[in-house]
Amino acid sequence: MEAAVFILSLVDCCALIFLSVYFIITLSDLECDYINARACCSKLNKWVIPEMVGQCLSTMLMLVSMHWFIFLLNLPVAVWDIYRYVKVPMGNMGVFDPTEIHNRGQLKSHMKEAMIKLGYHLLCFFIYLYSMILALIND
Amino acid sequence: MSAPGFTNLSSSVNYNQNSTPNGGDAPPYQNGPAQTYQSMYPPTGCYGAPPQHQSYPTIPAHSTPAPSKASMTNSVHSANYYQSNHQQQQQQQQQQRPVPQHHVAPSPYSAPPSQPVPSSGPVPPHAQYNQQLQHPPYATPGSYYGPQSYHPPPAQHTSQQQQQQQQQPTLVPAPASGPGAPLHPIVSYPSAPGNSQYGTLSSSQNNTTPGVLPTQMGAPLHQYSTSRPASTTAAQPGYGVAPPSQLVPTVNGQGSTVHQHYDRSCQSSLSYNTYSGAEADQLPSGTPSTSVHSSPGHHQGGDTSSSSTGSASPVPNSYDSLEGGNFPDSMPPSNDMTNQAAPYGSYGYPNMQQGYHQGPASHADSSPSHDPYGQSSYQQYSQPFPNLSQLSAALGGLSGVPELEVEALTPINLLQERSLLPPRPLEAPEPNLSPELKKVNCSPQTFRCTLTSIPQTQTLLNKARLPLGLLLHPFRDLQQLPVITSNTIVRCRSCRTYINPFVTFLDQRRWKCNLCYRVNDVPDEFMYNPVTRSYGEPHKRPEVQNATVEFIASSDYMVGTKRLQVNDNSTTNQLRPPQPAAYLFVLDVSHNAVESGYLKYFCDSLMENLDKLPGDSRTRVGFLTFDNTIHFYNLQEGLSQPQMLVVSDIDDVFIPSNDSLMVNLKESKELVKDLLTSLPAMFSQSRETQSALGPALQAAFKLMSPTGGRITVFQTQLPTLGAGALQSREDPNQRSSNKGVQHLGPATDFYKKLALDCSGQQIGVDLFLLSSQYTDLASISCISKYSAGSIFYYPSFHFIHNPAQLEKFQRDLDRYLSRKIGFEAVMRIRCTKGLSIHTFHGNFFVRSTDLLSLANVNPDSAFAVQMSIEDSLADSSLACFQAALLYTSSKGKRRIRVHTLCLPVVNQLSDVYAGADVQAITCLLANMAIDRSITSSLSDARDALVNAVVDFASAYKSNVSNLQQSGLVVPAAMCLFPIYILALLKQKALRTGTSTRLDERVFAMCEFKTQPLEQLMRMVHPDLYRLDNMSDQGALHLNDTVVPQPHLLHLSAENISRDGAFLLDCGYVFYLWIGKCCNDMFIRDVLGCTNFASIPPNMSHIPELETPLSQRVRALLDWLQDNRAFSSMMHVIKDDASTKVTFFQHMVEDRSESASSYHEFLQQVQQQMSK
Repeated sequence: MEAAVFILSLVDCCALIFLSVYFIITLSDLECDYINARACCSKLNKWVIPEMVGQCLSTMLMLVSMHWFIFLLNLPVAVWDIYRYVKVPMGNMGVFDPTEIHNRGQLKSHMKEAMIKLGYHLLCFFIYLYSMILALIND
Repeated sequence: MSAPGFTNLSSSVNYNQNSTPNGGDAPPYQNGPAQTYQSMYPPTGCYGAPPQHQSYPTIPAHSTPAPSKASMTNSVHSANYYQSNHQQQQQQQQQQRPVPQHHVAPSPYSAPPSQPVPSSGPVPPHAQYNQQLQHPPYATPGSYYGPQSYHPPPAQHTSQQQQQQQQQPTLVPAPASGPGAPLHPIVSYPSAPGNSQYGTLSSSQNNTTPGVLPTQMGAPLHQYSTSRPASTTAAQPGYGVAPPSQLVPTVNGQGSTVHQHYDRSCQSSLSYNTYSGAEADQLPSGTPSTSVHSSPGHHQGGDTSSSSTGSASPVPNSYDSLEGGNFPDSMPPSNDMTNQAAPYGSYGYPNMQQGYHQGPASHADSSPSHDPYGQSSYQQYSQPFPNLSQLSAALGGLSGVPELEVEALTPINLLQERSLLPPRPLEAPEPNLSPELKKVNCSPQTFRCTLTSIPQTQTLLNKARLPLGLLLHPFRDLQQLPVITSNTIVRCRSCRTYINPFVTFLDQRRWKCNLCYRVNDVPDEFMYNPVTRSYGEPHKRPEVQNATVEFIASSDYMVGTKRLQVNDNSTTNQLRPPQPAAYLFVLDVSHNAVESGYLKYFCDSLMENLDKLPGDSRTRVGFLTFDNTIHFYNLQEGLSQPQMLVVSDIDDVFIPSNDSLMVNLKESKELVKDLLTSLPAMFSQSRETQSALGPALQAAFKLMSPTGGRITVFQTQLPTLGAGALQSREDPNQRSSNKGVQHLGPATDFYKKLALDCSGQQIGVDLFLLSSQYTDLASISCISKYSAGSIFYYPSFHFIHNPAQLEKFQRDLDRYLSRKIGFEAVMRIRCTKGLSIHTFHGNFFVRSTDLLSLANVNPDSAFAVQMSIEDSLADSSLACFQAALLYTSSKGKRRIRVHTLCLPVVNQLSDVYAGADVQAITCLLANMAIDRSITSSLSDARDALVNAVVDFASAYKSNVSNLQQSGLVVPAAMCLFPIYILALLKQKALRTGTSTRLDERVFAMCEFKTQPLEQLMRMVHPDLYRLDNMSDQGALHLNDTVVPQPHLLHLSAENISRDGAFLLDCGYVFYLWIGKCCNDMFIRDVLGCTNFASIPPNMSHIPELETPLSQRVRALLDWLQDNRAFSSMMHVIKDDASTKVTFFQHMVEDRSESASSYHEFLQQVQQQMSK
């Protein structure tokens, strides 16, 4: 059972890692002027909700399986994702707004955020992997 | 001064003459140079004397132009030509013509430069012409600059030489030097010192010699005054226009040319770029364009050159005239050249040599010798020069001390000093650059930086607590603009910067980019200079002589490629010719609109301006009206009357007909006129109160997307139907709340998305909002904000009840319909490596980090950017910014307008403060505050503004001022900062506590983001003058009118007395306040009323009376009005209760019901500082 939970979160985590990489690549494309802001933002906004869902999913899994430590590790990120989504001003086109992404260093902060998330997901990945192996051995 | 023909004299002549006078006047140079020369350059001698000779004279030639006034142009050309091409000729001529040679110099050189050139004036060009025709322009460069002389001449060359020789005889006959000769010496003489300086200065130096300053002054002034009043040093718009002044400037210009030369040479040590810039400006202005055109020689030359490089000038004084402008050719070459003695160097050489030989001898006293010169010229021409501050700057320069800087840094205790305002509206501070650079630098009206001295590092910038940013007005109406047609537009290969006056020429073949420091090749075509018609002078090309130039772009810059970038998704429109001008008018015809009565006035106005709409024979127009349905108009040529097509399915809008809705204006003009006459009546009975703005915009978008163009939307109420419907969000009870203001941001992203779609299809949407109720401008304005449109708002517009708004509407429409427009534009702002832009303000869509997409660009909107310093700028002493605007003109030409600004980099905090531009800082802060209030809250924004003052004052106190005095001390340059910030806090956009409608607030915010600096400053801090006791002291004399210059008064009621009449200039409106006890004479003479009581309550015109007082008042008003895009309204306000408020709300230094007075504000700041 426990192994199943971790396998699931492992898969989830992989997806999140890919997503983070995708964010980073797209943002750096924008930085280098390979794509325009409009295209970049519409690409990224599509994945904001899936990312949020993925993060919440693994958080919930940990909560349900009562792995408190990993749950606490996951919680802030999930909260941040939700907060960010809810806080989008009414007139904006999503978390990534093409008209503002070049202003006030938003591009940089988005980039930074994506980087931090990537690091965090990698950490989680190894934790899940370790826990999964442990669970499998225990079984 | 006398002989105009004299100018013609080519360098060679000058030289001779020079020598002559030298004998009398100035022995030192005379002999010295030649000898030194020889000694220094033995090899040259070997190569053959002729070329050197030619070049030799060049310098004097420069100087010569100064005295002689105008007509020099042709002759100069010819001279240049001459020099360059016909080196051989000269020799020959020499032989042929008995020329008195006063030259003592032992060297063989002295002889050759002799007469021929001067005399030839007009003739030589022809000769040259022929030659050019014979050979493809560049095919035989050798012929141009006679490297032959250096190397064994190839067969071809020889033949050419022969030809030349044959031609020569014809040239020679035209004698001429006679009268002018005596003068020459004087003029040319002074040049020497400069050169000598040049020779001596080490390359590292970039600071100007004090002596040089005057020149600078002289030059720019007249220059601007004649040709582009707007761009001028700052302010006095009227000047440029005045014809009488023109004469003077011309003279000036030339005079200055001379000076500059020297200066340049002094500076040349710095780098090439210096000079390249130096001359550019003066030339065009200096020489009246007429003279240019008249000259036959010149024209021919033009033709010849056209094959490779030509110039077209839509603007009156444009490049063509520029060409005409005398470019007395030779320039001191870069240092490198001296060493290398490259074949190309032959040109530049002469100067160098001169400089060199003179160098040692004259060097010591070079600067002093400058002074008198500069001064004299200065005095001579000082008249047109209005600008006090510049004057003082110049004088400061003369004395050799950077007085300006010192002055700017004088600590001022704001709590004690009460009168801070300068007598005249504030000018932009001059960057602390060498005069040459200053001269060519971009006009502050176009390009302005908050800190005219860029701090070296971000740390220093943070320490200064001032924002770093640029304010741009790139598409401003210019009176004079060099337009360049060229097959190759020279750009840096790595950063794509356009070549500009601040690049460095390493040698004739390579230039170093001033933004990324990459070394690039100079393409062949660039070696030819259309201005002087000579080859091998890339540094004298107009691109390198002007900080503002316009290129006619080749097909590389066509829309297709650009389109691809714009809209990755749409594959439909790639590679198409530049779009025709296309205008679509979207008119609200609901009941509300009909009530307000705007339709008739719009139709009338458009009818009047139909022929003035910018465009060509391809211009297309269309109309679309909407209430709860959308009406299209079929205006297809051949119809007997316009056909209305109604689409009532607003949820899924479609275009009923494909090609007949946007029609060619020329072909369907009658139908359009028909429609405009019948339109107001057509809907007069409309009872429909709903408004389907969203669907109408979608329809307009679909209609326009194949071509792009401009959509003009007139809206009178809240959109209530279909996509983009909005609800009223304003709570009238909260209008004067002190707490935050809600709903400053858009309620929906519909308009933003649509705007981005429009932007992608190169459609700009301009919005005219005429409404009496809340219309949610915050949401609707997005349609214009992101499609680079403009927004006009007429609160409580009604054609009967509100005549003032009606008049404003009509005036705005007149300007709006006839103003210039650029389609499918992009603007890229590049800065020196190490600087980066992090925030943009204005109406546009930021497509990538430094690229702004402007579907339409109009001459009235400005932009601002904030910058940060990413890497230390320590390795360069200059920071440059380049804004390049690529657009399609209304005539279907792709054009690129390039502005380049150059500023010094400093590493001292005090220098940063000395260069602070308080107006620019205020405007940038205003923009930042607007952003803040939308993303965060209004109170945050207000706090941030106050903190800006507090931070700045404490930073100054702790870092720079070592006086331990109490009180609020700021440097003089920034002494108006608190006043301006206080005024900002009392603006509609940012005020709290005073009842302000949400729409008006939002509109004020939009204005802040798009108005150019001068306009914005007048809105924020209007200019107050007292009119009833104006004296003629310091008055300007323009044409025949005297424009009095009353002093600026502080915006405080204590300056307003009942017995006076005061003028408040708020930019878009003038208030003339008449005190109760104002003397009857003023009222009678100016207003045409017998006494105070008989002044009508809503007077909005100053009658044209023939009294002297009235004339002066009107002269002042006209002068203030000059160069404003939109004509300002006039309101006469009587000193009685009802209307007084509108006037007194602008008294920003006084306490109002909800805001503190200036003194209280200072105390508040001081309190916060001590915390």
